[in-house]
Amino acid sequence: MNAITIENIKKSYGDVEALKGISLEIKKGEFFGLLGPNGAGKSTLISALAGLLKVDDGHLSVMGHDVVAHYRDARKALGVVPQEIVMDPFFSVRETLEFQSGYFGVANNGEWIDELLEQLGLADKADKNMRQLSGGMKRRVLIAQALVHKPEVLVLDEPTAGVDVELRQSMWRFVRRLHRDGHTIVLTTHYLEEAEELCDRIAIIDKGQLIALETKEDLLARGLGSTLLVRAKSAVTSVPEAYTDKVVKQDNNEIELTFNRDTDSVMDILDDLRANSIDIDYVSVLNDSLEDVFVRLTGQEAGENS
Amino acid sequence: MNWLATYTLLRKEVKRWRKVWLQTVLAPVITALLYLAVFGHVLEGRVEVFPGVSYGAFLIPGLLMMSVIQNAFANTSSSLIQSKVMGSILFILLPPFSALEMFFAYIGAAILRGLAVGVGVYLVARFYVGVPIENYAIIFAFAFLGSYVMGALGLIAGMWAEKFDQIAAFQSFLIMPLTFLSGVFYSINSLPPFWSALSQWNPFFYMIDGFRYGFFGQSDQPVMTSLVIMIVAAVALTGVCVKLLASGYKLRDA
Repeated sequence: MNAITIENIKKSYGDVEALKGISLEIKKGEFFGLLGPNGAGKSTLISALAGLLKVDDGHLSVMGHDVVAHYRDARKALGVVPQEIVMDPFFSVRETLEFQSGYFGVANNGEWIDELLEQLGLADKADKNMRQLSGGMKRRVLIAQALVHKPEVLVLDEPTAGVDVELRQSMWRFVRRLHRDGHTIVLTTHYLEEAEELCDRIAIIDKGQLIALETKEDLLARGLGSTLLVRAKSAVTSVPEAYTDKVVKQDNNEIELTFNRDTDSVMDILDDLRANSIDIDYVSVLNDSLEDVFVRLTGQEAGENS
Repeated sequence: MNWLATYTLLRKEVKRWRKVWLQTVLAPVITALLYLAVFGHVLEGRVEVFPGVSYGAFLIPGLLMMSVIQNAFANTSSSLIQSKVMGSILFILLPPFSALEMFFAYIGAAILRGLAVGVGVYLVARFYVGVPIENYAIIFAFAFLGSYVMGALGLIAGMWAEKFDQIAAFQSFLIMPLTFLSGVFYSINSLPPFWSALSQWNPFFYMIDGFRYGFFGQSDQPVMTSLVIMIVAAVALTGVCVKLLASGYKLRDA
């Protein structure tokens, strides 16, 4: 069953097409990554999913419930952690969570609220006013708010932006546990190493279009690019002509060159280098990271403005 | 209708004004008392609006209703604009609220604040001058309908506004003039014919006039006319608000 179905979603703001007909399906129980440079349309897509904006065309559903026609069921199945830190300054952490629980029609939710407070390290802050919390703590409250009605699908929109390492790691431990417990997790982030570490499947959106939708392994393989580092016993003066285009770095007795894992053979390259009287001392191969694939696909660094 | 969700939002909205009661309840009570002290003192004995009713006593229902409706308007408008500006409106937009549920929760909180301020003004004003009570049901009905209508107007203003000063403009250029020209301080029968006729187009006039009837059993217009006008206004504004909320006017897609 699909946790989320997105069918041909289009959304324009005046002349600007924010989403140009995106379709994708996220299966129940997946840990899904939604990546793309800033301004690519990730947050617009999430807002449409959460019913925060109306799309010009297409359909969205959460756990089989259309987000417009059956918005009540769709919203009950969805928890959203927003990108921006927002809070109601009138209330304490516990009041905030109790209200949010009631809004979703969940009564007597004290036990789950206590567990959330405990799990997110907020137990000692429960009766503090929201204004008294640090940015990181407010972020944790947002996560608790998104989970207070026990949604089947949790969407985290850039949840770790500006969050310190310790909190980031404890957050991921918690989100991993939710995933293990059967929640479907959708994560947008521009920390690509996070997506690489956590997600099973990844979509990359750029300029309102889906440019990749694959398992993490396939996406990494799709880069196919690898870097070969060769250290020689003596200074390298020249490389065979066939490789001059592929050299990315040449420094005294070290050369780094790129090769395609599908079409090039490392052994052949090394043979050619030896034939060119390079006396090889040490060899290392580095595969492309998700970041390299991302840069190649979008032409941008993650988090860079488009 | 999800009653728990509606009740929770109502409770949250009431808690919001109760937490800052100095500003939301005590301050308007003090303001009303200042009006009463100044105008009541200056005009006492000089003006007799209704036969056998002192000016101070005549003033109390008007000031009371003015406080009720201004605070009902302030409650919905300030709550919405504040949560829009701070972004916390998100917590209301993500849950599965229907337009009607949101409407009743916001209006309910506005009515309760209006009534709280009204009771406050009444209790304190009684020490200043005695005022008879002719009909409790009429008093309650007009206080309820007045704060309902003004809460709904505040909801529309809060949805429409993008900045705090737009709400302030709404209050200064619309609510205040209409309130002051509605007969809070005078009977419209004492006005020149043109202004008296014009005042009958002011919807606030009917709120004040009908409310005052509940105290003295006398009014400028038949009380039933005022009551019907108030009910029609309440029904019409409910329709407008629910339609705007359902469309997400300036809330979703903003």
